[in-house]
Amino acid sequence: MGSPATVSTPQDDTARRRRSILLVFCCTVFGAAAQIFMKVGMERFTFSLPALLTNLPLIVGYALYGVNTLLLVVALRDGELSMLYPIIALTYVWVTLLSYTLLHEPPNPYKNIGIATIVIGVAVLGRGGRK
Amino acid sequence: MNPVLLHSMLLVFAASVVGSFGAVFLKFGSATVGRSLTTFVNRNLILGVTLYLGSSVFYALGLKGGQVSVLYPMVSLGYIWTMVWSRIFFKETFNRQKLVGLGLVLLGVVFVGLGSS
Repeated sequence: MGSPATVSTPQDDTARRRRSILLVFCCTVFGAAAQIFMKVGMERFTFSLPALLTNLPLIVGYALYGVNTLLLVVALRDGELSMLYPIIALTYVWVTLLSYTLLHEPPNPYKNIGIATIVIGVAVLGRGGRK
Repeated sequence: MNPVLLHSMLLVFAASVVGSFGAVFLKFGSATVGRSLTTFVNRNLILGVTLYLGSSVFYALGLKGGQVSVLYPMVSLGYIWTMVWSRIFFKETFNRQKLVGLGLVLLGVVFVGLGSS
């Protein structure tokens, strides 16, 4: 009777931890998309109100940053800051890949080594958070 | 060292410290967050977002000085500060995976920076 018991089992903890990692993962995708939109928006940036209000890429970029922050906060509620925060570096991976494909930047060996190392680092971090 | 670069490095260093405190306050503010959007309006979250925005201003000013290959990796110093704060403020533990993972992420960011110059 009454309110349901709120005992958190180890399974709950694991599920919550997984969900917080997944949320930060989504954050990095939104964050990368935001950066690309901002980059496109800044290319036509001028200091006038009408120009700013019609600068759709810039507006979309800011909106994505907003969503990004909300997701990060929810993730931080359920997960460890020390494990989740470095995962945000995945943003570099998506930005680099998007710059290659959408902005047609030439591939660069240093960047490729860098993003591969970040992916491995994030994989290690994802297994490390516990307790 | 040339004064412009030193100036940029100080700005990016400041950005990394300010941003890491932004993360700390987002974590503090996240504790009371629920399903309703209004629960996201609390003092700690507002402070956290403000610190984040502040850090991005320092960062943008710093990067104007060029030398992305030096400055880019410095931004990731923020990951180290955040790891330290999470131990001090939230009593989170360090373990081998976290340290190795962080080390690899930092190394990766250094390489991305080298490729961006």
